Amino acid sequence: MTELLMPILTMTALGFLFSAGLVLAYKKLRVEEDPKIERVADVLPQANCGACGFSGCRAFAEAVVHGEAEANGCPVGGDDVAQDVAAILGVQAGKIIKKVARVHCRGTHEAAKNRGLYLGISTCYASHLVGGNKQCSYGCMGYGDCVRACLFDAMDMGEEGLPIIREEKCTACGKCVDACPRNILELHPLSQNILVFCRSEDRGPMARKVCKNACIACGICVRASPDAIVLEKNLAVIKDYKKIDPANIPEIEKCPTDSIGRLRVDDDR
Amino acid sequence: MELVAIFISAVLVQNFVLYYFLGICPFLGVSKKIDSAVSMGIAVTFVMTITAVVSWLINNLILIPYDLGYLQIVSFILVIASLVQLVEMFIRKISPPLYQALGIYLPLITTNCAIMGLALIAALNEYSFAETVVFGFGSGIGFTLAIVLMAGIREQLDLADVPEHLKGAGIALIVAGIMALAFNGFIGMLT
Repeated sequence: MTELLMPILTMTALGFLFSAGLVLAYKKLRVEEDPKIERVADVLPQANCGACGFSGCRAFAEAVVHGEAEANGCPVGGDDVAQDVAAILGVQAGKIIKKVARVHCRGTHEAAKNRGLYLGISTCYASHLVGGNKQCSYGCMGYGDCVRACLFDAMDMGEEGLPIIREEKCTACGKCVDACPRNILELHPLSQNILVFCRSEDRGPMARKVCKNACIACGICVRASPDAIVLEKNLAVIKDYKKIDPANIPEIEKCPTDSIGRLRVDDDR
Repeated sequence: MELVAIFISAVLVQNFVLYYFLGICPFLGVSKKIDSAVSMGIAVTFVMTITAVVSWLINNLILIPYDLGYLQIVSFILVIASLVQLVEMFIRKISPPLYQALGIYLPLITTNCAIMGLALIAALNEYSFAETVVFGFGSGIGFTLAIVLMAGIREQLDLADVPEHLKGAGIALIVAGIMALAFNGFIGMLT
């Protein structure tokens, strides 16, 4: 009889000992958590892409519940998720502003000069490590790291050597933005109709020498719309597109190198 | 001197991952980035050291005196499961980002055969208390070493021209195999 009782008693005693330890530890170490966080996290897309500005879906859920983010802060989930989140929190979901990725370079094969023949691994990352294939060290190299990073089949590499973004498929998750070693892609509201198509920080003559479509920081666009556009590091930067008066756009588009202006059909579609 | 030999043996010669082939799941699962590999290594080292201590106490104070050696596996599972729960609570409290980064692999330490193997091997070798502590800590360091090396190689592999069909798990397993061969070269160190 004791052979039978001993192991049972021993394991029961050990079990009680450890569970008592865990209960004590739980009391000390418990993390108070709002049950809403779990429910919000459940309706999110779980892409953990970081497009909301938080480190993942869970972090976003916490921020929303604590009131640090808006219910419509998840660009990937779009309106549906925003409504669900708002329903859980019992607030009104604001109108979601659809964003898309845009390419800040017009250095096509024709416009930007090649530096030499690059025969290395054909990814942008690898090419960037050795200085790239083009003379411009800021422009798109065209090896399509962004296209491969896209989870939503919204990007293609165009014949001119620049990625083409399909607006209707782009969810603004920002994967391509992270994938680009030269930071050429950026998320912008779909409604923003004017952009700077250059990242070159080279001085004007140098920039122009290596690429026909480089911003040479001449300042024509700044004079046309001084509230909205400024020059930073030899490059025009749109600070606030909402301040651009539509009447000024023809003036801005007098850009001698075509590096600022409205999107053309061949930039994005 | 005996302790140093046990430590070196656990880290290099009889490395848990590359000699016993235990704990392969996190070894392949969390070795994509060096940061999370280091965190995983630290978590496993922590659990391994404490498991070694507690399982030694149970084995030598309860199981052996009462002639209950056959309860080893069951009671060690109990120890490991409770300890992982404890570590999980602890990490969640201290560092939520680390908790996020380890993700599912943290609870999976519970079922990590490296931990179980450690407790059983220590009992099998009849190590003294000090030896057990050194063995547990050394094994954890050995695991960390292996997983961090692997993560370093895999980060470089992202830039390499790997044949299409070998990408991902395929090349990872080949690398692990070559690493295991290399580590087997340490066998001559302790004879």
